[in-house]
Amino acid sequence: MSTATPAAPAAPASSAPTTQPARRRRGAVGRDRVNWPVTVLLMVGSLAVLVPLFVTVNMSLKTTEQAVDGNAFSLPDPLTLTSFVEAWNLTNFPRGFAISIFITTIAVIGEIVISALAAYAIVRNWDRRAFRWSFFYLLAAMFIPFPVVALPQIQLTGMLGLDNPLGVAILHIAFALAFNTLLFTAFLRTIPLELEESMRMDGAGTWQVFWRLILPLLGPMCATVGIFAFIASWNDFMMPSLIISDPTLQTVPVLQNMFQTQFSNSYNVAFASYLMAMAPAIIVYLFAQRWVMSGLTQGAIK
Amino acid sequence: MSTTAPSRTTDGDGESHPRSPIVHRRRRIDPLYYLFLFPSLTLFSLAVTLPAVLGFGYSFTNSIGFGDWEFIGLRNYIAMFRDQGVLGSYTFTLGFSLITVILVNILAFALALGLTSKIRFTTALRTIYVIPMVISGIVIAFVFQYLFANTVPGMGQAIGSDALSTSILANPDWAWLSIVIVTAWQSIPATMLIYIAGLVTIPGEVYEAGSIDGATGWQAIRHITLPLVSGFIVINTILGFKNYLNAYDIIVGLTDGGPGVATRSVAMSIFRGFEGGDYAYQMANAMVFFLISIALALLQLRITRGRTAF
Repeated sequence: MSTATPAAPAAPASSAPTTQPARRRRGAVGRDRVNWPVTVLLMVGSLAVLVPLFVTVNMSLKTTEQAVDGNAFSLPDPLTLTSFVEAWNLTNFPRGFAISIFITTIAVIGEIVISALAAYAIVRNWDRRAFRWSFFYLLAAMFIPFPVVALPQIQLTGMLGLDNPLGVAILHIAFALAFNTLLFTAFLRTIPLELEESMRMDGAGTWQVFWRLILPLLGPMCATVGIFAFIASWNDFMMPSLIISDPTLQTVPVLQNMFQTQFSNSYNVAFASYLMAMAPAIIVYLFAQRWVMSGLTQGAIK
Repeated sequence: MSTTAPSRTTDGDGESHPRSPIVHRRRRIDPLYYLFLFPSLTLFSLAVTLPAVLGFGYSFTNSIGFGDWEFIGLRNYIAMFRDQGVLGSYTFTLGFSLITVILVNILAFALALGLTSKIRFTTALRTIYVIPMVISGIVIAFVFQYLFANTVPGMGQAIGSDALSTSILANPDWAWLSIVIVTAWQSIPATMLIYIAGLVTIPGEVYEAGSIDGATGWQAIRHITLPLVSGFIVINTILGFKNYLNAYDIIVGLTDGGPGVATRSVAMSIFRGFEGGDYAYQMANAMVFFLISIALALLQLRITRGRTAF
């Protein structure tokens, strides 16, 4: 794990925001010499990422009076944390946070376990038609976007009493099944069968083999699937906003909508609230970026 | 895959003797495996298949989402093709997706080239460039909405530029550009990481051999790098296009489909199906949308297949 500097923009205040420079790698493989022009270009380009984040932090530290002037780059004067308190109370942050955590936890665990179980059964019984066809059936989900089934889904969840956070978590699992099963099957195919057989010799059944051998072997993959499940569930707006019928059970991202409708002039409070909504995912990412990187790599190679 | 049977199964039917001693064609199967498959198949059927079938059925009715309804044949589909609102949403969604996919792939590829070259602060730069991927689309859209509505016009007035002095979000002709910018901001990292994954698989010798033949700089990229990562270009275009077609969160955060209906995506108009009482009508819309998404994915596969050889 690197000691990468997190998002603490060192006052890019007055500089005009980030013209996207046309980057070109000059002198393709520059032996061992550091390519400084590219380094500088990339550093300048990174302002495109850092400036919006800086603005979010900057605005959240202002007073309401200062925030209304529309100047995103003027430094907070006086600097205050009251907007965080206000955002905390307005959005009922603890409740929204708990609901988001609830959905995210179920989605993460469910996506890992259910997809891994399916992938294991499919890979070990690939010679059976039922399992092969199940695999292709699940893969079909990749081609069915949520908007296509959204309206009947709203009705169904309503009828089943799942128009709540639990229903959203279940839908997150269902719509991630295809990709996760694909990842797990690709990885499982590379695990030699001998490991499993020796364990079965010692009297372990399929159930034990899965929990004690396969799932641990899938560890790095589980980490990747888990992190992507976390990011996707934590940040999702579409599903909770459509499925959850009770506004008091909404997730953190959906709650941010209130600063567009009811409290549209309290910019400082809005930005404090945005920051509190972004922070958990950014923090998890900074701690887990190793798996974020490797996960995408593995997903892409197949 | 010729597995030797997990012989320790509990069921005791003795008749499934393997025909050949090496390849066990009909080995006994632990029923537990079916149980392993059960949750995902059930979940998928209830969450995806059933609503898809229901929606398909409803698209031939005049249902408003509840109460009585009757079959009206293809009338919803026919009406769709005369509906300026629906046609407009398709034009917007397809145009937006096309522009975004091109922009994102060019920038992401350039960034991937930069980040895999001999630079300093590699880890810090990679960390920063990936951050947008983990931020909620709607939340960052709200942040950009403030910037587009307040900060950019403020700066436009300061430098005396008429074009920049008004909010781009209120301009029916250019509001789409703000959605392209924010979508690109958020989806460049994932695309870039996939390109990085592709670039690191290219051995350095290839470039050395290339430079002996005089291929350096742009030529090396054009004739060595691009052909070798073409598979990743295919992945990125197809995945990207698929995501952009479903655009919703960022549009809600930036323009909410406005001004007027200038930036209303297909997903948005489908979701509004419950409001206007045109539930069945929007289901027909969803079915057409589904067919178009599939057709585009297949089309892209065909085109890119042909081009992978360069």
